[in-house]
Amino acid sequence: MEKTKINITDEVAIHISDMNKWFGNFHVLRDINLEVRRGERIVVCGPSGSGKSTLIRCINRLEEHQKGSIIVDGTELTTDLKNIDKIRSEVGMVFQHFNLFPHLTTLENCTLAPMWVRETPEKEATEIAMEMLEKVKIPEQAHKYPGQLSGGQQQRVAIARSLCMKPRIMLFDEVTSALDPEMIKEVLDTMIQLAEEGMTMICVTHEMGFARQVADRVIFMDDGQIVEQNEPEEFFKNPKSDRTKLFLSQILGH
Amino acid sequence: MITKIAFVRKKEIPPSAPPITEVGLIGWLRQNLFSSWLNSTLTVLSVYFIVIMLWDFIPWAYGGHWNTKSLRECLDLDPDVACFSVLTARWKQLLFGLYPAEEYWRPTLTFIFLLLAIVPILFPKFFRFFWFSIIYPGLAVWLLWGGSFWSISIVYIGLTLGALFFLTLIRRYLKNYMIAAILAFLFTAVFFLFISNPLVGLLNVILPISLPFVESLKMGGFTLSLIVGVTGIVASFPIGILLALGRQSNLPVIKMICVGFIEFIRGVPLITLLFVASVLLNYFLPPGTNFDIVLRVVIMVTLFSAAYMAEVIRGGLAGLPLGQHEASASLGLTYWQSQRLIIMPQALKISIPGIVNTFIGLFKDTTLVSIISLRDPVGLASTIRADQKWNGIYWELYVAIGLMFFIFCWGMSQYSQYLERKLKTDK
Repeated sequence: MEKTKINITDEVAIHISDMNKWFGNFHVLRDINLEVRRGERIVVCGPSGSGKSTLIRCINRLEEHQKGSIIVDGTELTTDLKNIDKIRSEVGMVFQHFNLFPHLTTLENCTLAPMWVRETPEKEATEIAMEMLEKVKIPEQAHKYPGQLSGGQQQRVAIARSLCMKPRIMLFDEVTSALDPEMIKEVLDTMIQLAEEGMTMICVTHEMGFARQVADRVIFMDDGQIVEQNEPEEFFKNPKSDRTKLFLSQILGH
Repeated sequence: MITKIAFVRKKEIPPSAPPITEVGLIGWLRQNLFSSWLNSTLTVLSVYFIVIMLWDFIPWAYGGHWNTKSLRECLDLDPDVACFSVLTARWKQLLFGLYPAEEYWRPTLTFIFLLLAIVPILFPKFFRFFWFSIIYPGLAVWLLWGGSFWSISIVYIGLTLGALFFLTLIRRYLKNYMIAAILAFLFTAVFFLFISNPLVGLLNVILPISLPFVESLKMGGFTLSLIVGVTGIVASFPIGILLALGRQSNLPVIKMICVGFIEFIRGVPLITLLFVASVLLNYFLPPGTNFDIVLRVVIMVTLFSAAYMAEVIRGGLAGLPLGQHEASASLGLTYWQSQRLIIMPQALKISIPGIVNTFIGLFKDTTLVSIISLRDPVGLASTIRADQKWNGIYWELYVAIGLMFFIFCWGMSQYSQYLERKLKTDK
């Protein structure tokens, strides 16, 4: 499939410079420099413990960085709670374990944040939610509780829930890792669809097929550093660093 | 000798009904009462014990006397059966304590209103009557203690005015909630300090509505248990939630205060706190202060069970996956929004058994006030026994008191089970 690159603009969506983070004494992210342009689709991969999840969790301040700067949509992340809440409402995030709210129906999961954060009237929020649920192809589950859905369905609801906030950037944190093989495809299809619509996306994933198909850039991380980044074609065909080669041989070798 | 590995199913096996011994009554009996030799033996033994207990109890209770004048008379008639006459003679006292007899309608009405007031809280479909639950506390205080209607209503008037003031500020003049809240608080304080008293005086002259005053020491019997129990339950719940949140807070000072409070209160027996309430507090308060004894007891009981409540709710909070906090944060919800909409509904649901446990414990602990010579049903039992006519009567009184408590506690337990079933969302 041919990728659409026309969506990418010169506008900077995320600007990370010299960012460092420690968990106690453990230096988990080291001198991260990254610029994401609007409309760009980035896949972050790397061995477990390489800091890739921590990196995207820093972008919406689920983790606090200690050095350097992160600027999202022109707003710098500081300890200012107002800025943080503003950025979080602009940046959607989907998690490995879905994290749907189990006490609310699918529809309520989707309408909650628009109603309370954006103060959208209930009727309008419901319309948006149904639109998004249709987009992820499960409008018929709107009145069920998350516990009654399959893993793949739950993850698609989680995507819809984020989309209801009309985010400008989406972060995907290993969203297919907790799914049974036959459900991975339905979630990836949803993500591909989003990517084709021009959403700015950063995906931490091991789905290399997905990376090949939709990513504009693949970033390989190891030991808290960005080791290599390139266009997917080049990245998979001619990895430059030994660590990248080793990693690719491990995940593609079987 | 080669085992065949390849296999392809040719014939589908249709689903069939389970064997008759596994379903229905027989199946249930087999599974639950006679599943093994040990189980069968235990079943038989238990049935035996139940039978021998009821064998004595039922004739004792069923043949009981209801209309004798004293215990002596009962024993003369038939010493082997119950003497419920003490209940016939003293049931009003067990229910109302020393409350003036001509005013019995007031606690009775308060109790009926209580039942009405809790309906909107327990069953969401009656939520439109919630206004009654809000005015109920004032109404109850006025009915029970009496005095001028206005001196109670003024509290509501003051708070309503304060709230209106706050809303007007927010809507029209100010954006900052904090400043508006402080101003509204000052406004309310000024109202209560300077305006409320003359206003009450004025209203009393214009439209005197009042009930004869009944002092706290007259409160007793089951009325007292309910006053202390219900107030304690209602007040300790929100305090417990705040303490639990405070204990989990990232702000060290708040955390320290909450932990200190919880650990101190939990480490002290309730009786000690009640003694402090009844005796010691008077030493600390300025002389001449008349700090109502029932209020003091209610405060102590509330604090005591709030500490337990906090720990129960903390258990519920700890049971929530971190992902719930992260998901609500990632959607841009503020701390309080996420606590109210995401975290608490789930944490409280997990803690329902523990919360109701604490409520039931609190309700039964109200009998401890008999130690500081308040006349709750247990305290009254001793008072009744002090009467020559009923000297020596134990069982009948305690069975009756126990039964009354049982009805309430069992009701709470049933409601909690109903709630758990209703809130179950995973099936």
